[in-house]
Amino acid sequence: MDTLLNNLDLFVLGFKNTLILFSVSAVFALVLGTIVGALRVSPVTSMRALGTFYVNVIRNTPLTLLMFFFAFGYPKLNLGNLSFTTLAIMALSIYTATYVAETLRSGINTVPVGQAEAARAIGLPFGQTMSLVILPQAFRSVIPPMMSVFIALLKNTTVAAGFSVAEAGAIRANLSERGEPAIIVLLWVALIFILLVGILSVLQRRLEKKWKVAR
Amino acid sequence: MLKKALVVGVGLVAALTLSACGGSSDPASTDGADSGSSDALFEVATDFTLEGSPTFDAIDKRGKVIIGVKEDQPGLGFLDAATGERTGFDIEIARWVAASIGYDEADIEFKAIPSANRESAIVNGDIDYYVGTYSITDKRKEQIDFAGPYFVTGQGLLVAKDNTDIKSEDDLAGKTVCSATGSTPIQNIKENFPDTKTEEFETYSQCVEALLDGSVDAVTTDQAILLGYASQQPDELKVVGEPFTVENYGVGIQKGDDVFRTHVNELFTDGGDTWQAIYDATLGQSGSKVTQPEVDAY
Repeated sequence: MDTLLNNLDLFVLGFKNTLILFSVSAVFALVLGTIVGALRVSPVTSMRALGTFYVNVIRNTPLTLLMFFFAFGYPKLNLGNLSFTTLAIMALSIYTATYVAETLRSGINTVPVGQAEAARAIGLPFGQTMSLVILPQAFRSVIPPMMSVFIALLKNTTVAAGFSVAEAGAIRANLSERGEPAIIVLLWVALIFILLVGILSVLQRRLEKKWKVAR
Repeated sequence: MLKKALVVGVGLVAALTLSACGGSSDPASTDGADSGSSDALFEVATDFTLEGSPTFDAIDKRGKVIIGVKEDQPGLGFLDAATGERTGFDIEIARWVAASIGYDEADIEFKAIPSANRESAIVNGDIDYYVGTYSITDKRKEQIDFAGPYFVTGQGLLVAKDNTDIKSEDDLAGKTVCSATGSTPIQNIKENFPDTKTEEFETYSQCVEALLDGSVDAVTTDQAILLGYASQQPDELKVVGEPFTVENYGVGIQKGDDVFRTHVNELFTDGGDTWQAIYDATLGQSGSKVTQPEVDAY
């Protein structure tokens, strides 16, 4: 308990940054992932190819490498100065978007073909077929796996500690320099993560109940 | 005379290796490097025993020594990824300690342990002892014990060669300084230099990378480490100012193993000539002159 209380400032700062990374990246990943997911089921071949290329390239690259590119490659491109937090959010969003896209695609596959055919029959273009008919149903059927993607994102934020973002992953490094026993620090960090994941799980259950698709 | 020739030889070999830029390996230079390593600087003890030391008993039972080191610090603890050769002042000190209890190079297993995991590696018994820019602090003494110090340095600043703004720690206001995530030097900057911006990466090498591409203005950590980087890229980097803290490097050992600690302390106290030879063959290559610090046998 002393380890936590004596260094509360560091724990608060670390988890504050973790939550900022998580919430901002989650929003971007959801938007980008939905676009990519729609691309992957688009009737236009070149758009499908673009979606497939994006998912396969980014999803098969380790997150650490992506972070490395943003932290060390990006400054060499001379595209203007961005803070390391912004760069970390970009890396996390781009990475997580591939998982969002794939989860969503599996949801789209659960929507009966008749729904899309009916939408087309009443004259809706592809954009409206997706946004009004298919995606709402797809989202509702993939709440549990989608929440897993976001739980993974929450934990993935710790990678940013190595790239100059002082979040929860950096707490241990700081405290072991202050001479605190590493195991206790790790246990506290793990415990807080479990609490945060618990909140996400409760949210998942609420959404599941509310948006259940009747079949 | 012989020693001098040896040092010059090692220097020449280093220069050759650097200028060769990882090209063909000249057999003559390989021989030279071998003669410059541990065998020549100190002798391996024979029939050595140490009564009542848990560390020594563990080594004896295993038949080899496991030493925790750094491997990304040129001049101190460095692993050449191409040749697999470990070099540096800390590495030689580690070999010297192993030799003093009767184990030569073939019976040593080096393990790279990052700064943040050092205490736990010693407490858990993953390593027998740690030699790698390990500052003696009271807080750390609560978990482990230290033999030494065997080297004294302090926090310094590394900047780009063409930087004229930063001459010492007094010029840091408004600048961006980089060091390893959560390390003591970066915590010191945050606390005592509030006008200075900080960046933190996993390793010092990544900070040096950020310094070279201009995303930070200076890299800070122990000056001994910085001198290593400066000597690697003398056309791009330079060390400025004087050390503004005091760091005593010790050998990290298991808490309560007083017999082993006393042995290492005696080795450092009695082996002044060897210490000097090790220094001259490693860090001394940069031209700096340093005398051995007095051992603090607490």
